[in-house]
Amino acid sequence: MTESPVLSVRDLVVEIPTRHGILRPVDGVSYDIHAGEILGVVGESGAGKSMTGNAVIGLLDPPARIASGAVLLSGQPIHALNGETLRRLRGKRMGMIFQDPLTSLNPLLTIGDQLAETILEHLDVAPSEARRRAIAALEEVGIPAAAQRIGSYPHEFSGGMRQRVVIALALCAEPDLIIADEPTTALDVSVQAQIIALLKRLCRDRGVAVMLVTHDMGVIAEAADRVAVMYAGRLAELGPVREVITQARHPYTAGLMASTPLASQGRMRLRQIPGAMPGLDALPAGCAFSPRCEYAQDRCRQDPGPTLSACGGRAACWFPLVTDTKQEVRA
Amino acid sequence: MAELSTEASPSRLRQAWNSDFIWSFRHSPVAVVSFFIVLLMMLGALFAPLIAPHNPFNPATLNLMNGFTPPGQANQFTGESFLLGTDDQGRDVFSTILYGMRISLFVGLSAVLLAMVLGVTLGLMAGYVGGWTETIIMRIADVQLTFPAILVAMLIFGIAKGITPPEYRNEMAIWVLILAIGLSDWVQFARVVRGATLVEKNKEYVQAARLIGRKRYTIMLRHILPNVLNPVLVIATISLALAIIAEATLSFLGVGAPPTKPSLGTLIRIGQEFMFSGEWWILFFPAMTLLALALSINLLGDWLRDALNPRLR
Amino acid sequence: MLAYIIRRVGQSVLVLLVVGLVAFAMFRFVGDPIDAMLGQERTQADIERLRVVLGLDRPFVVQYWRFLEQAAQGNFGLSYRQGRPVSDILMERLPATLELAFVSGLMALIGGIVLGIFTAIRRRGISANVIMTASLIGVSLPTFLIGIMLIYLFSVELGWLPSFGRGEVTRVGGWTTGFLTESGLKALILPSITLGLYQMTLIMRLVRTEMLEVLRMDYIRFARARGVREKSINFRHALKNTLVPVITITGLQLGSIIAFAIITETVFQWPGVGLLFINAVQFVDIPVMAAYLMLISVMFVGINLIVDMLYFAIDPRLRADRTTGGH
Repeated sequence: MTESPVLSVRDLVVEIPTRHGILRPVDGVSYDIHAGEILGVVGESGAGKSMTGNAVIGLLDPPARIASGAVLLSGQPIHALNGETLRRLRGKRMGMIFQDPLTSLNPLLTIGDQLAETILEHLDVAPSEARRRAIAALEEVGIPAAAQRIGSYPHEFSGGMRQRVVIALALCAEPDLIIADEPTTALDVSVQAQIIALLKRLCRDRGVAVMLVTHDMGVIAEAADRVAVMYAGRLAELGPVREVITQARHPYTAGLMASTPLASQGRMRLRQIPGAMPGLDALPAGCAFSPRCEYAQDRCRQDPGPTLSACGGRAACWFPLVTDTKQEVRA
Repeated sequence: MAELSTEASPSRLRQAWNSDFIWSFRHSPVAVVSFFIVLLMMLGALFAPLIAPHNPFNPATLNLMNGFTPPGQANQFTGESFLLGTDDQGRDVFSTILYGMRISLFVGLSAVLLAMVLGVTLGLMAGYVGGWTETIIMRIADVQLTFPAILVAMLIFGIAKGITPPEYRNEMAIWVLILAIGLSDWVQFARVVRGATLVEKNKEYVQAARLIGRKRYTIMLRHILPNVLNPVLVIATISLALAIIAEATLSFLGVGAPPTKPSLGTLIRIGQEFMFSGEWWILFFPAMTLLALALSINLLGDWLRDALNPRLR
Repeated sequence: MLAYIIRRVGQSVLVLLVVGLVAFAMFRFVGDPIDAMLGQERTQADIERLRVVLGLDRPFVVQYWRFLEQAAQGNFGLSYRQGRPVSDILMERLPATLELAFVSGLMALIGGIVLGIFTAIRRRGISANVIMTASLIGVSLPTFLIGIMLIYLFSVELGWLPSFGRGEVTRVGGWTTGFLTESGLKALILPSITLGLYQMTLIMRLVRTEMLEVLRMDYIRFARARGVREKSINFRHALKNTLVPVITITGLQLGSIIAFAIITETVFQWPGVGLLFINAVQFVDIPVMAAYLMLISVMFVGINLIVDMLYFAIDPRLRADRTTGGH
């Protein structure tokens, strides 16, 4: 691809100082997302998925902070901007969708108020125009009779409808990037598919770049163009979603696939990865996955796992399961 | 095995020392200082008869000539000197404070104990048994909560005073005070314990205990009670400060500890009379003691709440 | 909504009936009203006659009903100590207490909410932490000590303000007010600070806690993620949500000001109903105690009712579904 990516993350490190020492929930993560593309970020809870999203949009809770690396929005570095400048970018250039639509909306303000507030904050329009746009935004996400419902309070909507309102809110100032943090986890299965379809449609129609954070491989397989697999704060594997699912190179990805019931692999027996992801304060000396890896060798237990960029390829592993001719493991 | 256990115990001690709870205590200077102030005062109150230079309630040892001796100065008639001075009757202020603290702390601790036992029992019953028991207990709690505890305590005190025959009133005053403050303060405990019980009741382990036929009381005591101890501890600490203040207030208003057994509140009431005539120490030292005691306990409670509930910081 | 109001009013009546029962039981069983009303020289005939006059020979329920009837008309009998109708004494004393409670309540409410918001927003700032520490001292300071300290500083040492009484009062209809004279206003200052300071600290700490709780909510994070200004997040999104729980407890707090006035009135010899009550407790003047209890209850229940109604103005969820009462 020749056009510059909407979002570039380069060697991002997030640190949390604690009394047990400094923890790194995100440790040297790099990826790009292009316009009209959905990047799925998958991993167990605590793998650093959400923390990465929060770091990008500048909403890390202190004492967590970006220690090094860069976040570029359409080529402009935003990781070191001050609070006020960053606030102007949030909502206008990048939006975020949270997990639980029941708690994401202010219960005491009408959805029209919340939409208009966001539009007026970022776009130079009159209040009447803001209201018109708010109705349009609701129609776009599929709220029936939007003009009548604009004066309703959040509790008057069902869960799925509320998540649509949340998406409308995230999109109403027309950002280029959406970070969706587990947008379907709190919803009924039947509604999940609708929300995913909506996200896909908005992404294609508007050319928005989407970072879709989830622990659900099914959602990834359904929605994402490319997928980033995270483990203990690092990227384990990054690649086109079909290839990663069918030909996993990192043993962790392979284990994750084997433990997930995907429709395409319906007849296979599910397997589980032995053990659990280590806590951030108890990472092993070598590759973080080595204690659970059935292919681990001495090198994996001694040398820290390679970062993805150092491997120049798809999987951050000394001994990937599948190697192609271009990818050589360099020492 | 013996070797194992001797090795295990120091490491367990170390583990306790490094546990989050102790760690946050050691790293909070406010908590450490308050803890030692409270400890010091409790010891002082407990051993008052050994520490106090005089027994202020033994008329035989009092000399009226010693009255109004300023702190640290020699009395102009007798030449005796007192650390914190004397009051109008020549009683050593330092000694009266020690004995006053003894009564304040005794009333405070007993009242909180009463409130705690009552509140936890009723809260457990309301939460676990449910139905009519719960409705009645919580309704009473609601009605009582409509009124400030100090007013409830005053009412109970007034009623009890009306019931006890006049010749026993002074003797009974302390116990009536404990009863009044204790009964006015159980609602807090009951509400928190009931809330926690409702949550715990439906957890799998309680259901399992019920399925294998454990008795109701066993389940309440062995399974549910330990889970509500943290909030109860926090409330008890804060209640202690409140109870001590309540006792001081009642005694100050003249509806608490009798003049024959003065608590800190009674001492302040006495001291107030000499505020306008310049004998400031009779008021000042008991007041500061009360403030230091209540403040230390409150600070300790504040720290405790944060330490047991890290979400709040 | 109508059903909700009717239910709340019903609950209030129930509370009043319970309190009435307590007050009646005090009359009936604490001390002997006949002892209290007849002197030493009494005959058995006098006692019997008084028993019939007071209705003490009737069944318990009848007596209770009679008591409620009388109480509803404001008739609580004669004070044991002063020998005058209790209602007269109360009415004389009430304006002093209400004026004091009004001034200190206003002070506590405004000061408490402003400081609470400030300390929540500037959670990590130095001044917020200083205020928080000071407030803990405020909570640990018994009301009567605050009063004594103020008297010592402003009356004894500086001689600026009076240490007791209401100053010069003006009679307006059946009401005596201290608002119209300089000495009356001066006399109000120290007592209202004494009474209001403790409530202010409580309201402040409550507002702060609730506000911090709300600021952790997802919808605040989401508002931040949409680039909403800090000012709007704090005052539009957070404050409104904070007010819902704050109103309940604040309502109760303001009600308790009237009760806490007992302490302040004693310290400043303020001629209100609180001082009357504490004297009644000391002398076991049961009719005055019972009447005071009923008076305070009516006020508390009234305040609670107003607070419940206020919810509707703020929380749309309550306006919408009638089935879930409370909050």
